[in-house]
Amino acid sequence: MSQNSAAKPLRVPKVSMRRRARRSFSRHWTLYLLMLVPLVHLAIFKYVPMTNAVIAFKDYNIIKGIWGSDWVGLRHFQAIFDNPVFWDLVKNTFSLSLYAVIAGFPIPIILALALNEIRQGFFKRTVQLVTYAPYFISTVVVVSMIIMILSPRLGLFSHVFGFFGVEQVDLLADADYFRHIYVWSDIWQTAGYSAVIYLAALSGVDPSLYEAARVDGASRLQKIWHVDLPSIMPTAVIILVLAVGNIMTIGFEKAFLLQNPMNLSASEIIATYVYKTGLINADFSQATAVGLLNSAVNLVLLFFVNFAAKRLTGNGVWS
Amino acid sequence: MSRPQNTAIADPKDQDRAAAPAAPRGSGSPRLRVRRPRKSRRVQETRVDRMFLFCTYLLLCTFLAVVLLPLLNILASSFSDPIAVSSGRVLFWPVDFSLRGYEVALGDPQVVTGFINSLIYTGVGAFISVTLTIALAYPLSRKSLFGRGPVMGAVVFTMLFSGGLIPTYLVIQQLGMLDTRWSMVIPQAIGVWQVVIASTYFRTMIPDELYEAAQLDGCGDLRFLWKVALPLAKPMIAVVALMYAITQWNSYFDALIYLKDADLYPIQLVLRNILILNTNPNGASNAAQMLERQQLADLLKYSLIVIASVPVLLIYPFVARYFTKGIMIGAIKG
Repeated sequence: MSQNSAAKPLRVPKVSMRRRARRSFSRHWTLYLLMLVPLVHLAIFKYVPMTNAVIAFKDYNIIKGIWGSDWVGLRHFQAIFDNPVFWDLVKNTFSLSLYAVIAGFPIPIILALALNEIRQGFFKRTVQLVTYAPYFISTVVVVSMIIMILSPRLGLFSHVFGFFGVEQVDLLADADYFRHIYVWSDIWQTAGYSAVIYLAALSGVDPSLYEAARVDGASRLQKIWHVDLPSIMPTAVIILVLAVGNIMTIGFEKAFLLQNPMNLSASEIIATYVYKTGLINADFSQATAVGLLNSAVNLVLLFFVNFAAKRLTGNGVWS
Repeated sequence: MSRPQNTAIADPKDQDRAAAPAAPRGSGSPRLRVRRPRKSRRVQETRVDRMFLFCTYLLLCTFLAVVLLPLLNILASSFSDPIAVSSGRVLFWPVDFSLRGYEVALGDPQVVTGFINSLIYTGVGAFISVTLTIALAYPLSRKSLFGRGPVMGAVVFTMLFSGGLIPTYLVIQQLGMLDTRWSMVIPQAIGVWQVVIASTYFRTMIPDELYEAAQLDGCGDLRFLWKVALPLAKPMIAVVALMYAITQWNSYFDALIYLKDADLYPIQLVLRNILILNTNPNGASNAAQMLERQQLADLLKYSLIVIASVPVLLIYPFVARYFTKGIMIGAIKG
């Protein structure tokens, strides 16, 4: 998108900006009119909230309203840093998403490489369709399934435990297991989906490379190592970089649903804390300050990571 | 890793890499040289390769089992007898087949209302979303439109930065949309991803010549959209609509924060309240009744899970392909 806006003046250097604008308006006024509704929508539901975020610097008072409330400067941010809970939140958020990134990275690649090895046919299509399915299941359903399957009394896992003769503990009530449950259920849900991306990259590999490998007597494993892996490397780097860029945006939905008083020490992350502070305790300003801080860190992280991606692959993730 | 790469994720190889070991591309000769009858090639596979292939199949079977078995367990339990479910006897096939779970679920007004609400939100939400998305994406796909770069930038920026939960909540509050059905379908109506996909589709699938021809014939922009672009973009519109529909069906968060009235809850929130919060609406008078209630409550959870996910699982095979394509388009767009 930015390429276009940069390239335009070069293409038509003679015509001034204003004249081009006027011509475009008079010729395409219906299109501008068409765009108006969605743009107003975005302004109301995306940009007004951004300005509303000033309450992070105010003492929000419902009667006085957003702009009428008193300014308090950085007091809420000061309170965040003074709050010992905050650093636990950061630690929980960070370790949870770092774990998710590291554990979730190789598995789709392995799945895609394995799928790429076998012949096109019923089995391949079945594996793809089935592993893809959990991606479309809602978070509520996935968490419900986790609860049912891990339930000590009813669940599938009690059979596994029984088989090994071990007494089953309630995994969900244990803070130590929260991260594993979160991350591995996430992998269960998204591995098939991510594998599709790698499969597309693999389908673009030049067949002559495989032929050359065969002529040289490469085994299947050598072919994977020397042809397949280098071919999907750029894709893998971009996906990894994107995942790292989103590391602090780890979703509210699943952590909140998996949360219970017993595992709170591991499951309380920034997003769930914002929800509780803001909407349950009605401390709007404080919650907004935490959220704003998180958003700002994200934005910086994203720009940094995009820059790194450009350096690494010569191709930014966006812009 | 520093080699220039300007194609896309979908096409990761480069000429320089391809040129090194292989014969020059496009000459046609290498195919001829290596080509042999299929049968003899399979004989060529060494024992190591065959072992490796076997392990690959084994690995894929493991993947298949790990994904499928939990789903089967839930499905089998939902069709089993309450007593079998409560004693944890169900594995991957129904024990004492019964439809009791579904009877109880569909007899619960909360569930029925939730299901109907979800259908309404999904239908209306997808319609609003698609309309707004096209109204935004089509103008943005027109190269001659002045200011399209900055507008696209402003749209994409909303994906990178947001005011946050509370400031958005305050907007909904000020608009008086709290605790109304509108709060389910309006605030999240536009998805940046979908706008990018739709816009890229319009730009790449509709040739410039068509615009010029239409212009010469005196066809205005809106008429062109209605008569030419939209019919051409039918497959894309279907896919974007299904994407919105699936997202809408699966969402619970907006309902959680914006809705107080239980009659407006979508099925996902109903499921969450029954299953995760474990709310049992009515108490029982004696022990036997309590046990039966407990058994039914267990069973109900399984059938509810199935009810809440079946609509999506029924349509996903049709959209799965395009979801991937969407990812690719987004990647190319950059």
